[in-house]
Amino acid sequence: MVVFIIRRILLMIPVLLGATILCFVLVDVVNDPVQDKIFEISQSTGEPVPQSTIDALESSLYYDRGIPERYWIWLTGIGDTNGDIGLLQGKWGPSIEGSAMDIGYEISTRFWITLRLVLFATIASIGIAILAGVVSAVKQYSRTDYTLTFLGFLFLAMPIFWLGSLFKEGAVQLNKILGSTVFQTYGSGTTGFRGNGWEVFIDSLPFLIVPTLVLMLGGYAAISRYQRASMLEVMNSDYVRLARAKGVRNRTVMRRHALRTALIPVATFAPLALSGAMGGAMVTESIFGWRGLGVYSLDAINAGDTFAVMAYVLISGVVVLIGVLISDILYGVLDPRIRYE
Amino acid sequence: MSNTASPRLEAEAISSKERGQWEMVGRRFFRHRAAVVSLVIFILVVLFAYIGPFLWKWDYKIHSEIPSWAAPSLDHPFGTDKAGRDMLGAMMQATKQSLNVSLVVAIGSTVLGALYGAVAGFYRGWVDSLMMRFLDIMFVIPFLVITGALAGAIDTSVRWYHMAIILAVFGWTSIARAVRAEVLSLREKEFIEAARSAGGSDWHIIVKHLIPNTMSVIIVSVTLQIAFAILSETTLSFLGLGIQSPDTSLGLLIEAAGASAFNEHWYLFYIPGLMIILIALTINFIGDGLRDAMDPRQTMVRR
Repeated sequence: MVVFIIRRILLMIPVLLGATILCFVLVDVVNDPVQDKIFEISQSTGEPVPQSTIDALESSLYYDRGIPERYWIWLTGIGDTNGDIGLLQGKWGPSIEGSAMDIGYEISTRFWITLRLVLFATIASIGIAILAGVVSAVKQYSRTDYTLTFLGFLFLAMPIFWLGSLFKEGAVQLNKILGSTVFQTYGSGTTGFRGNGWEVFIDSLPFLIVPTLVLMLGGYAAISRYQRASMLEVMNSDYVRLARAKGVRNRTVMRRHALRTALIPVATFAPLALSGAMGGAMVTESIFGWRGLGVYSLDAINAGDTFAVMAYVLISGVVVLIGVLISDILYGVLDPRIRYE
Repeated sequence: MSNTASPRLEAEAISSKERGQWEMVGRRFFRHRAAVVSLVIFILVVLFAYIGPFLWKWDYKIHSEIPSWAAPSLDHPFGTDKAGRDMLGAMMQATKQSLNVSLVVAIGSTVLGALYGAVAGFYRGWVDSLMMRFLDIMFVIPFLVITGALAGAIDTSVRWYHMAIILAVFGWTSIARAVRAEVLSLREKEFIEAARSAGGSDWHIIVKHLIPNTMSVIIVSVTLQIAFAILSETTLSFLGLGIQSPDTSLGLLIEAAGASAFNEHWYLFYIPGLMIILIALTINFIGDGLRDAMDPRQTMVRR
C-alpha cells in the first residue's frame, strides 16, 4: 500500500510539471506585465517612461530573459536571480504589484479559507449525491425518483454564479425578516478576529453556510446520477438476489452488499467534484466577498500577474491530484478485488 | 454501419417493414416525452435568438427614448434597465451570443476530441500513453483560470468567437476520453481487420470506419458540450473575463442586474438566469433522450 502511494505520487510529478509548463507558456505569451506597468506609469505621470525605469522593471520581473529561462528560474531559483524566486526554495516569485505584495504570504493566508470552503462543499455534495442516488434507485420509477431526477437536472443546468447571487440576496432578506444575522453574506469571517483554530472555525461558520450550500448544489447532481445508475445495476445483480434468497434482512442487503459495491464508480468522481468545487470557489468567493485563493487568482488574471496566476495553478493542481490519490485509495477500500501490491 | 440485427431489436421491430438504424433511433427518441418537449423548447429559443431581432422593434443598444428602469409592460415585455435598454432586445442579442459560443464550442471541441480519442485508441502503445498523459495534464489545469487568463489578456473587445475558440481548445478532453474508450473495443472488431486487409490506410480507417461507429457517443457529447459551453461562457462573462459591453451576453446581463433579485427590478435578474437554465436543461434532456435512443442494449421494456 505504501509502495503504491509512493509510486502514484512519483507519477504525479511529471503531470504537475507538464501542467505548469503549459500554463506558464500560455499565460506568459498572452500577458506583458512590463508593458502594462509602463502604460500605467506613463498615464499617471503624463510623461514618457525613461529607459532606466523600463530596464529596472524588466529585471525585477525577470522579463529581460526568454520564456524557457524564466520558467527554469521560477521553478528552481538556480541562476542569476534577485533572491525572490524559485519554487523549490519556497519562493513564489515577484508580484507585479511590487514588493508590498508577497505572493507566498498572500497564498498561505488565503489557502485555508478556500480549502475550508472547497472541502466542506465537496464532502457535502458527495454525501447528498449518494443519498439522492440511492433513494432514487431503491424507489425506481416512483414519484420520489422522478422528483429527485428532475431536481438533479435542474441543478446541473443552473449556473453557480446565478444560484450564488440568488442565495446571497435570499439570505439577506431572511436576515431582515428574522432581524438577526444568522447568515453572514459578506466576507469569510469577522474581520480582525483572532483566536486559536477552533475559535476561528466557530467564528467562520455563519459565513460558511450559504456559500457551501451553493457549491454543494452546483456539484452534486452529476454524481447522484452515476450513483443511481450503479446502484440499480448492483441491485439487479445475482449476488444481491442470493443474499435476499438466504433471508438476509433488506437493510443489511442494501448496506453491506449493494451500497458498498455501488460506491466504487462514484469514487471516480470524487476528484472531479473537487476540481469542480475549486473552479466554483472562484465564483462564490467573488460573490460573497471572501478574500480567498479564488478571488486572488481572479485579481491576478486581471492584473496580468504571471507568477501569482502560476501560484494558483500549482496549488489547485496539487489539491486535485491529492483528490485523485484519495479516490485511488478508496477503490482499494471499497473493492476487495483490487489489491495494491 | 448496419449492426442493428441483434435478435432483441428484431423482436422490437415487430412490423414487417425493415427499418434503418437512424430511423430506429428517431422513433425511439420521439417516444421519450421529456426529450421531445425539450427539443421543441430549444428550437423556440434558437428562433427567439436568431429570428427575434428582425421582428422586435428595439435592439440591444441604449436608446434615449427608452425610459430607465421601466417595469415589464406591453411596450417592454421584459422591462428596461437603468441605462435605457430594452431588455427583450438585449435578451435576444445575449441569447444569440451565448448560443453562438456554445454551438461553435460544441462542434469544435467535438471534432478535436473525437480525432484525438480515435488516434489514441487506434494506435495504443506508447502513442496512447503519451496522449493520455497529456489529458491528465489538461485535467490538472484549472479550467476557469486558464480560459479566463487567455480571455482576459485579449484587450478591450472580446468577441464571441474569441470565447468560442478559447473554450473549445480547453473543453475537448471529456469527448476524447469517451471516444477513446469506444475505439479501444471497436479496433479489435472484424470489420476493422477487413478494412486493413483491403489496404485501407490508418487515417482512412480512423476517419471512415472508427469515428462513424462512435457516432452515438459523439452526438450525445455534442449536446452535453453545448450545456457545458453555455455555463462556462456565462460564468466567464459574469466574472468580467468574457464578452464585454457594449456587446452583451447572458452572464453580463446577470452581472449588471447585481443584487436586484428581491427588489423591484427582479426581472433584470430572473429572466437571463432562467434563460440559461432553460437552454442547459433542455439540452441535457435532449442528450439524455439521444443516449437512450442510441443505446443498442436499449429495449422498449423498462428495466
